[in-house]
Amino acid sequence: MDFGNVFLNPDIIATYMPQMIRAVWVTIWISVLVVISGLALGAFLAGLRAYQKRWLAWPIVLFADLMRALPPLVLMLILFFGLPSLGVILSDWFVLYLVLTLVLAAFVEEIFWATLTSLPRGQWEAGAATGLSFNQVLVNVIFPQAVRTNIPQLVNRSLTISKMTAYGSVIGVKEIVSVAGSAQAFSGSATPLTMAAIAYLIIFFPAMLLSRYVENRFQYDH
Amino acid sequence: MSAPQPLPTLEITALEKRFGDTQVLRSIDLKVANGELVFVIGPSGSGKSTMLRCCNRLEEPTSGAIHVNGKPMLGITRRDLDRMRLQVGMVFQGFFLYPHLSVLKNVTLAQRKALKRPAAEADARALEMLDKVGLKHKASAMPGELSGGQQQRVAIARALALDPKVMLFDEPTSALDPELVGSVLKVMRDLREGGMTMIVVSHEMQFAREAADRVVFMDGGVIVEQGTPSEIFGNPRSERLRAFLSRVSGEAA
Amino acid sequence: MDTIINAFFNIDIMRQAAPLLLKGAWVTLQLCAVVIVLGISGGLTLGLLASSKNAAVRLPAFLFIDFFRAIPPLILLILIYAGLPFIGIRVPPFVAVCIAFLLNNSAYFAEIFRSGIKSVSRGQTEAARASGLSPAQTQAFVILPQAVRNVLPDLLSNVVEIVKLTSIASVVSLTELLYSANMARAVTYNSSPLVMAALMYLVVLWPLVRVISRFQRGLSISS
Ligand SMILES: Nc1ncnc2c1ncn2[C@@H]1O[C@H](COP(=O)(O)OP(=O)(O)OP(=O)(O)O)[C@@H](O)[C@H]1O
Ligand SMILES: [Mg+2]
Repeated sequence: MDFGNVFLNPDIIATYMPQMIRAVWVTIWISVLVVISGLALGAFLAGLRAYQKRWLAWPIVLFADLMRALPPLVLMLILFFGLPSLGVILSDWFVLYLVLTLVLAAFVEEIFWATLTSLPRGQWEAGAATGLSFNQVLVNVIFPQAVRTNIPQLVNRSLTISKMTAYGSVIGVKEIVSVAGSAQAFSGSATPLTMAAIAYLIIFFPAMLLSRYVENRFQYDH
Repeated sequence: MSAPQPLPTLEITALEKRFGDTQVLRSIDLKVANGELVFVIGPSGSGKSTMLRCCNRLEEPTSGAIHVNGKPMLGITRRDLDRMRLQVGMVFQGFFLYPHLSVLKNVTLAQRKALKRPAAEADARALEMLDKVGLKHKASAMPGELSGGQQQRVAIARALALDPKVMLFDEPTSALDPELVGSVLKVMRDLREGGMTMIVVSHEMQFAREAADRVVFMDGGVIVEQGTPSEIFGNPRSERLRAFLSRVSGEAA
Repeated sequence: MDTIINAFFNIDIMRQAAPLLLKGAWVTLQLCAVVIVLGISGGLTLGLLASSKNAAVRLPAFLFIDFFRAIPPLILLILIYAGLPFIGIRVPPFVAVCIAFLLNNSAYFAEIFRSGIKSVSRGQTEAARASGLSPAQTQAFVILPQAVRNVLPDLLSNVVEIVKLTSIASVVSLTELLYSANMARAVTYNSSPLVMAALMYLVVLWPLVRVISRFQRGLSISS
């Protein structure tokens, strides 16, 4: 048996390369959208929670707990198969995007909130004492510090959740895994699966190195 | 016929503050005239910080009134409070510079956002104030690169840049190594020469003797005694003040 | 409102699906027990290697960690389950999941252990060595206990991640909780079994998530 021919068959690679490249793009742009909107939503929720209004904080905590405790795959299946019975039909990629965004937002909210509550009270007071409004202190003083101390965590969480775009295969998003899966079934060769693994390595291995760099760079000096 | 009383720059009237059941301040009355330096002393827990923090409502008074240049600090909208706070500069024991911003940005932030000064004007004003505290050359440094004394002087510049009517100092030198205290006191002395109205809570008795117009002694949430430095230090009337002074001088010796 | 209840919280359907789901939950539980133990053992070994002073040991460990953190566990699992038969190795789904999880979870646990070890000050090693402990004893009795304590919240949240991750085993037809629920959904044309599965995950994971939040806050306040 020829190991190379099974897992890296040149003909099969050539045949499926165009499809695979398209799938890589799908994975990348869904990831990018998820990261942008997840970070923004998470930061926004943590900011809302800072107002210390119970009726605001309560739903936010509930949301963050649920999204962190439920497997994303379960959420995706519920939305994808359940919503149509209410007459709401979401496209496969949108379900994937929505669920991952909400999950990332939940983690980001918790990360920010832990920092917002732990910054010295003097930072809030120094801002207030110089006539800055609550919103201005939040935006100009508190959040920049929260971002800075949490960059490694934010990067790691974003990467972990970007890799979950692979779950899209379960509901038919034409991303890397699903393209590889059907190519494997169609061609009767393991090569498309190897191509998928390599595609992920090309996307995420540099990202792993980046996260290591970021971790060393932003090591807190306090 | 007496001359009309000039308006006090800061006026505290019948100020009360309770934290739950504990009464921390009771019927505090204090008028600070324009250009006056009032020095506040008293044992730990006597309510000195709480009184200062009530003046710009970092602490919410339970009752009473605070006026700055005749305008009320209490019973006003949040908006107006933010505006009034610009008139009251505050310097904390712990400096609380913004660690993510350069020295210059620390001094320009509130000028830009709260006073809405144009960038160029805010920068110029910041540099002027940094010069005043002897740190113009550190404008582009980050707070973490400065000594405690330098950080505190930047914090003073940050407050001054907003053109406050009165400056509140809460133990500005207590967190500093002894050799750095002098540089901060010098800045405060310069400020006083310049005519700034100030309330200073501190244990630097020597500074009080030299620079204060009036010394206020607090104990148990009330003002027990006040007078000129020579009256308070040279001729204390109450037993509590005498006990406090001998305790303090005992520690210093 | 009625349509929502009927579509997601249909008690009759849930009752019908319950035996199947409970069986699935039992498989999930067994799977968790195995892969968590495997992941922690592999991660500890790998974390110690990655903390080595010797670059010839450390760099391969780092390479392994980053390699398996870069590949989504789902494709790893499919590669093992669907790929190995091509070279004549046929593994049952449960074993395929265990192998994939071992590779993936070890890498994540290793990162956590490594950062824990790094967080213990060098003075601790020196003091232990000076008091006559061997390098192995120093690791076992002085460094690791402190390292583990420092990263306890991270270890716990990784355990939660792994429990959630076991749901991908449904993709290779392992009859765990999500697979069973999705079966029931397909048979009944109703999403209530999925909601029921979600509730079962919540019963176990929600308390853990709460504890983690507590932990995080406590830590960042004390530091
Ligand atoms: N947020 C608070 N909640 C409850 N009690 C408080 C609070 N802040 C201050 N206190 C209490 O109020 C009293 C006065 O405190 P304050 O800080 O004003 O004293 P101080 O004179 O500044 O003391 P020190 O010299 O130690 O700074 C103390 O008994 C303190 O315990
Ligand atoms: Mg005080």
